[in-house]
Amino acid sequence: MAQRRRENIPHLPTEEQYLNCIRCGLCLSACPIYRETLRETDGPRAHVVLARKYAEGELDISPEFVDLMYKCLDCEACNAICPVGIRPADLAMEMRQVIHKTTPQPWLKKPIFHGYFPHPLIQELSVLPLLLYQRLGLQTLARKLGILKLLPRQLQDMEHMVPKLPARSLRQVLPEEIPPMGEEKHRVAFFLGCFQSTIFAQESEATVRVMARNGCRVFTPKQVKCCGMPAAGYGDIDLVKSLARFNIDLFLPLNPDVIVTDCATCGSTLKHYGEILKDDPEYAHKAEVFSAKVRDISEFLMSIDIRAPRGEIRARVTYHDPCHLVRAQKVRKQPRDLLKLIPGVEFVEMKESDWCCGSAGTQILTHYHNSLAVNRRKMENVRATGADIVATGCPGCQMQLTMGSNHYNVNVRVVHPIQLLEEAYRREEAQIADETSTGE
Amino acid sequence: MIEPRVVKELEVVVGKEHVLSSPEDLIAYSYDSTFEEHKPDIVVSPANTEEVSQVMRIAYRENIPVVPRGMGSGLAAASIPYSGGMVLNLTRLNRILEIDQENMIATVEAGVVTADFQATVEAMGLFYPPDPSSIKHSTIGGNIACNAGGPRCLKYGVTSDYVLGLTAVLPSGEILKTGGKAIKNVTGLNLTQLLLGSEGTLAVITEALLRLMPKPKYTRTAMVTYTQLDDAARTVNAILLEGVVPATIELMDDTTINTIEEYLHLGLPTDAAAILIIETDGSDEQTVLREMETVARVARECGATNVRVAQTEAERNELWRGRRSVSPSLARRRPNKLGEDISVPRSAIPEAIRRIKAISAKYNLPIVVFGHAGDGNLHPNILFDKRDPDEWHRVEQVSGEIFGMAVELGGTLTGEHGVGVLKQPYLEMALGKTAIALQQGIKKVFDPKGLLNPGKKFPAA
Repeated sequence: MAQRRRENIPHLPTEEQYLNCIRCGLCLSACPIYRETLRETDGPRAHVVLARKYAEGELDISPEFVDLMYKCLDCEACNAICPVGIRPADLAMEMRQVIHKTTPQPWLKKPIFHGYFPHPLIQELSVLPLLLYQRLGLQTLARKLGILKLLPRQLQDMEHMVPKLPARSLRQVLPEEIPPMGEEKHRVAFFLGCFQSTIFAQESEATVRVMARNGCRVFTPKQVKCCGMPAAGYGDIDLVKSLARFNIDLFLPLNPDVIVTDCATCGSTLKHYGEILKDDPEYAHKAEVFSAKVRDISEFLMSIDIRAPRGEIRARVTYHDPCHLVRAQKVRKQPRDLLKLIPGVEFVEMKESDWCCGSAGTQILTHYHNSLAVNRRKMENVRATGADIVATGCPGCQMQLTMGSNHYNVNVRVVHPIQLLEEAYRREEAQIADETSTGE
Repeated sequence: MIEPRVVKELEVVVGKEHVLSSPEDLIAYSYDSTFEEHKPDIVVSPANTEEVSQVMRIAYRENIPVVPRGMGSGLAAASIPYSGGMVLNLTRLNRILEIDQENMIATVEAGVVTADFQATVEAMGLFYPPDPSSIKHSTIGGNIACNAGGPRCLKYGVTSDYVLGLTAVLPSGEILKTGGKAIKNVTGLNLTQLLLGSEGTLAVITEALLRLMPKPKYTRTAMVTYTQLDDAARTVNAILLEGVVPATIELMDDTTINTIEEYLHLGLPTDAAAILIIETDGSDEQTVLREMETVARVARECGATNVRVAQTEAERNELWRGRRSVSPSLARRRPNKLGEDISVPRSAIPEAIRRIKAISAKYNLPIVVFGHAGDGNLHPNILFDKRDPDEWHRVEQVSGEIFGMAVELGGTLTGEHGVGVLKQPYLEMALGKTAIALQQGIKKVFDPKGLLNPGKKFPAA
């Protein structure tokens, strides 16, 4: 076979992406999947070699090849450790795009990525059965009767992933504009993520309130669409681009100082819009402007003059670094500083805090055993800290850690750092209310 | 091709999921850390010594060549399956079986990652000194099979100084146990040391008894700059003559310094002829400090233009950053590098570097030189693009001249990477016919059918 050509395969990796790989194998030491399976084929070095063999026409796409590229957690640990600057995780993602373009796709993929993720209302309807299951007392009943034990372990684990759902999605409840408490210092557009709206509504509610407490006027556009990460993860780059264009047109006219998100994954994608649309003559500049404004909530709060809460939370708290925050956005210090602002919090570092938790979006569905094996390492590190609370700024990580705490029996509460911060502000208010009433 | 009935038999031994033969798997086990490639017919991953033994028995009966492999970080192509057959992947043998604190001896399986093992014993206040650069991505078994070294060798010796005993599987499948926990042991020929550095040609190492030391509590690091290469070389001996044995004396020549600066901008002195990174360590802080003072004084007496001693851990890391950045910056410069590993008497280091520079100029290929000045082990790295046939041809000529030079100066081909296949053309020059014939004879005793890692380390008889 001869070298494949980019004219025929638009997303074919280029030579400079793999040529200088010296095959030292250092990436193997950082790959959460390889460290569990101990199979070279699963590791980043093999991904680079396989992508190269495909580009050079020595290897065709087989079901095995597809599975290998989809097994990658895209945690980017290999990108970060490579001494030469090769980005094996990126290569795996690009090979997914090649797969998407060159091979027939599973029938479910189109309805999920084109029909589901871009449409908030459909997402909201889809959580309805789960909502009823929780609200009608069925969950309590099922858990009490031990009926869940009849389910395969994978479904049992997934049953434990989801927190108590909000009655209505946050998108429907949250006002489009919230004025600051006190003097206005910042004009913020809030990017409400899909998971945040339908599942972790309390967190984003907290995010918006904390910002308002700290002098922000917060706009939350209701028509917001998915950031595009799920589609990117499944190789559909055209869909990512159309979502990006939509969101750019929605947010830029608000003329915000910053665009804030409390979802690590959304943040990492939004910060990439500039790169994703760099060849789009109409949107390249706008996308760059958009991406430059994007901040993770912890990154934003620690960059402004935030007022520390006076309410106490007495707990030992540890922090898990989401891959999409620590490596994709290089936000490491800010979430920790945020937690340390809270009176009463005893902060403890866990070992390997930036080791992937095994979530990677849908791995618990698609690669259950790997996902669980990677998660075990994380949960043991959590357990070793003796923490009451593990904080992390990513809904995917939160669900995975919640699942893991149940599966591996680690007694720990999983929260977003912003939730603890808002809790501390509320306790402060309650204390003040108490003091006033006793004063009377 | 491996017959289906044999594949089935192997699957029964190790489990179906641990017998691999998809095109992707065969590619993934076709390479190591060199640029060489050759696909096996099958990859088998046993979980323990017993399974290794059963797999070997089958392979022996069926005349299947077997190439043992750890994490594939070798630099001499010793684990490339040129003869096809089976890659025996040993990474699943990854248990630390015992850490005997009373005797300071650990029992580990071959697939344990060296850095993981080090971290485990260090948490107990113990120390496993061998520190090859591949420490995070190489296994104890691979380190033993190649007798890996590292910067700390000057004071602490190489892997073989820490192996008291081995469990290994012979090509026939028989299990061999050598040595034991007794420190002194002259009962019989020393088969442990025979297997050390044998590059998987004699037996498959599956377990090892490793000697541990108390962990040194204090470390001091200095970066010393020279405008004359000979001054750097003189410093090494002068320090040792003062009665100080530093843990490491690492050398970078001017081409190395300039390559690092060009790509990584660390602020290294680009007009220097050489930099030494010297580290003293021990369990008494005052002694370690005093030793470093001696090092600094001697270095200045020998003509060092600058001596920087790290005062904090952060500064220490900063000093090491230069040395650790060598390989990455080389790889950024050209698509391929061939890292040679010659070893010369310490006093010959300046002459060796001068000759390497001449060879580099003659063939118009960049060669950077760094390495372990304390023990004369140099790493001339030739940078090239393998896709250019003319360049590749010149690389082969350069290698030949470098090896010839090393032997001429009283040194040898390889200090720690091993012979594999890449250095075999020069083996006779280094060892002579008699030594090679003797080694081939030893091989025949262990492996009469010549099935275990055939054609590696020395030519097949």
